[in-house]
Amino acid sequence: MNRRRFLPILPILTLLAMLGPVAAGLWGTLLPAFGHLPAAGLIGPSLEPFRDLFDWAGLPRAMLLSISTGLLATSISLAIVMLVTAGWSGTKPFRALERLLSPLLSVPHAAAAFGLAFLIAPSGWASRLLSPGLTGWDRPPDLLIVQDTWGLTMTAGLIVKEVPFLLLITLAALGQADAQRSVAISQALGYGRVTGWLKTVFPRVYAQIRPPIYVVLAYSMSVVDVAVILGPNTPPSLSVQIVKWMSDPDLAMRLEGAAGALLQLGLVIGALVFWRLGEFVFARLGAHWVGSGMRGKLDRPVALAALAAGAICALSVLFGLVVLTIWSFAGFWGFPDALPDGFTMRNWMRFGPGTLEALGETALIAITVALVALILTIGCLEAEYRYGLTFSQRAVWLLYLPLLIPQTAFLPGLQTLMLSIGADEGRIPVMLAHLVFVLPYVFLSLADPFRAWDTRMGTIAAALRSSPNGVLWRVRMPMLLRPILTALAVGLAVSVGQYLATLLIGGGRVATLTTEAVALASGGDRRAIGVYGLMQTGAALVPFALALLIPTIAWRNRRGLRHG
Amino acid sequence: MKHLAVLAALLAPVPALADIDPANWEAVTAEAEGQTVFWNAWGGSTTTNDFIAWVGERVMEDYGVTLEHVKLTDTADAVTRVLSEKQAGEDDDGAVDMIWINGANFAAMKEADLLFGPYAEQLPNWAVVDVEGKTVQTDFTVPTDGFESPWAMAQVVFVHDTADMPDGLGSMQELLEWTAANPGRFSYPQPPDFLGTTFLKQVLVDILPDPSVLADPATDENYDEITAPLWSYLDELTPNLWREGKAYPPTGTAMFPLIADGELDLSISFSPGAASTAIANNELPPSVRTFVLDKGTIGNASFVAIPYNSGSKAGAMVVANFLMSPEAQVRAQNPEILGYGTVLNMDALSEEDRAAFEALDLGIATLSPAELGTVQDEPHPSWATRIADDWMTRYGVSE
Repeated sequence: MNRRRFLPILPILTLLAMLGPVAAGLWGTLLPAFGHLPAAGLIGPSLEPFRDLFDWAGLPRAMLLSISTGLLATSISLAIVMLVTAGWSGTKPFRALERLLSPLLSVPHAAAAFGLAFLIAPSGWASRLLSPGLTGWDRPPDLLIVQDTWGLTMTAGLIVKEVPFLLLITLAALGQADAQRSVAISQALGYGRVTGWLKTVFPRVYAQIRPPIYVVLAYSMSVVDVAVILGPNTPPSLSVQIVKWMSDPDLAMRLEGAAGALLQLGLVIGALVFWRLGEFVFARLGAHWVGSGMRGKLDRPVALAALAAGAICALSVLFGLVVLTIWSFAGFWGFPDALPDGFTMRNWMRFGPGTLEALGETALIAITVALVALILTIGCLEAEYRYGLTFSQRAVWLLYLPLLIPQTAFLPGLQTLMLSIGADEGRIPVMLAHLVFVLPYVFLSLADPFRAWDTRMGTIAAALRSSPNGVLWRVRMPMLLRPILTALAVGLAVSVGQYLATLLIGGGRVATLTTEAVALASGGDRRAIGVYGLMQTGAALVPFALALLIPTIAWRNRRGLRHG
Repeated sequence: MKHLAVLAALLAPVPALADIDPANWEAVTAEAEGQTVFWNAWGGSTTTNDFIAWVGERVMEDYGVTLEHVKLTDTADAVTRVLSEKQAGEDDDGAVDMIWINGANFAAMKEADLLFGPYAEQLPNWAVVDVEGKTVQTDFTVPTDGFESPWAMAQVVFVHDTADMPDGLGSMQELLEWTAANPGRFSYPQPPDFLGTTFLKQVLVDILPDPSVLADPATDENYDEITAPLWSYLDELTPNLWREGKAYPPTGTAMFPLIADGELDLSISFSPGAASTAIANNELPPSVRTFVLDKGTIGNASFVAIPYNSGSKAGAMVVANFLMSPEAQVRAQNPEILGYGTVLNMDALSEEDRAAFEALDLGIATLSPAELGTVQDEPHPSWATRIADDWMTRYGVSE
């Protein structure tokens, strides 16, 4: 009976865990932004923080960086994914990309960014492989590639990670868009493959993947770890500058940081509105284009270019990991040698013990958070099944809310708020902060397979006198083993990759693989970065491998369940 | 008698319960056992991190003190933390037990009464510290008054790859001329990084006819006039920097890979032994050497300080004392491990300890104490703060 009472409140609890910290954090940002920070002896309201913010000489460029990075990264990744899907879905190269998806997705942003930097910097691997033979360089050219003023490398670093994410989302949406038949008909009418897909399937797919696209836009505008590694510093992007202000010894600088955080929130909202308006314009133009009846002449080159772009994204992450591996074993490696003078275990001996300690902390946090998220998610979904407490379409947006509000807008506020009430920073608050980001992903990952489960199985089990809990534990969950483990792996990967939440809410006391790796960025020790980057990737990747392996072993003699 | 002791304890004034007496070393070590010390120290250098981990093992072995290294990207973070804890009323068990500190951060904490002490000169190993020859009782001209204890000496050295740049330079003026002839081959860490700020101070100290004006706090009246030559120097230097000054390395250690790859021929370091250590770790080519300027270079000491609200003051003092021990100092000076200058007075050491220092091979790229020449005093911290702020406005948001 107890459980019956408990289950219906789980959806409320879940929303609270997701939105509570966001709301509290925004409140904690709002007050200091208007000059109210009693902990520092400052009583508001005042507009002083905004005045200071607008006096900062770097502000116009920092804002511009945030906007340009977000819009460019989102539109380019979206274009690549749409065109690759349009031109190639169902073909061999596409299946190859699909197979690479999970590993690519689980590589943490920081590791991918380091890998990219080690590839394309003037002294990077690409330049080493081509030098001096093809380029004639016997020393690296003095070119501003990494940390370039316009943030293009940072944008590229985001694109290589957003393409796999959007592709995964698109694949999920394709099933409901009736893509194959539409394309077949349009081709029968003489449309090219890409043109036909864009004219018939794209509008339906886009309507479904709109929320994740907005997430990508908000994330790209306010990312911190990738910006620290690849972004410019004279001045940095707005979010990086906010984090700098928040850690200034002068507490009064937090007011400026809070004002900056509100500005960042405003920028993201503005960009989302701009994007939405763009959708209307695009839809108008698109309708005109559809109506024009043009069959598409450039289909082939466009499809090839898109495939090349997609392949470059995948390969830069994969080769980035390769170059991280080489650095982690490298002896002296001068330019332009393609490989180090020698390979050594020395780097692993030096940094291995440190990574193991950080791995322990990372695993403890990630496993706890992912399990809590999984329990809440299954609870919500089961409550929905038993009591019909469904999320309306509007409520689905609530799931995306914590991902749409820039981290730099509410995490600093959450930190300040915790400080004001004297709460201790540490592992448990970090876990709660991680939960905000982990829950939506776990929920989105598990919801569809959970709802798609054939409820007649439940009816049969109930007819055999199984209780509702018995149905859940003994029928539904075992049958859904693979999606449940996948959702858990997604949760683990999201937690492993969290940088800002760990740094700010942990007060520097909680050292995970990600915070340690990003902290190494300023030291520039490529061997240490190699070791930490690989460990970080491993921590995110191994759960995915287990999620594939365990059901295969557990159901080795249950053929019907193997793909469930 | 027993009752009397209890009564005395009950009647003792409250402050006596609060803080332990640093001079009573037996009581300190007894209380330290089992304590955990959160040492907030810059974590950007892997060699330093390794050294701190070793210190942790040793104090656990000898004193049962657990040492946790909180790796900072900026020491100011720890200062903020203590300050905000004070404002939030957390006076007994703050998050920070010990800070690797000097300069402006120390001046700020001492000024705001955020430090525990005086304790440094009561520690047993203070007896072997070189009070005469090394600047261990002032920190950027601010008297330490026992509120921080030294553990390493640093001095600016220029690091050059002799394969591309065979000879050193004698002055900042020569450096300017050299960069004009070799554009893109020199850079310095982006201020407010402490090494980057130190480079700016080094420029000023070297080009001013009389740098002694920098010993007093900067004032609104004299600041502009005294720093004017620095800005015209930088205006001339910046276009010839690496990446034309549009990007800067974030820290000193980040310049090592740039030298190793041949992007830079010249950089600076605040640790005379760091280049040799980096050669040993394959981070720099063996052709790298170091030099100092004819008029000498800026030097200072690294200290540790204990926040007033640390809950593990005894443990922190044990660590601070261990850092000044001959064992730790020899290890820190070993270029294969850290390559930091010692704070100890060789004459005060036992025969055996002195022999250990003499047996050290300082490394191929490390200058001998004689070669390091004159150590120039750090300017008053107010100069560094204002210069770094101005730099950020002039060059930090340029393009």
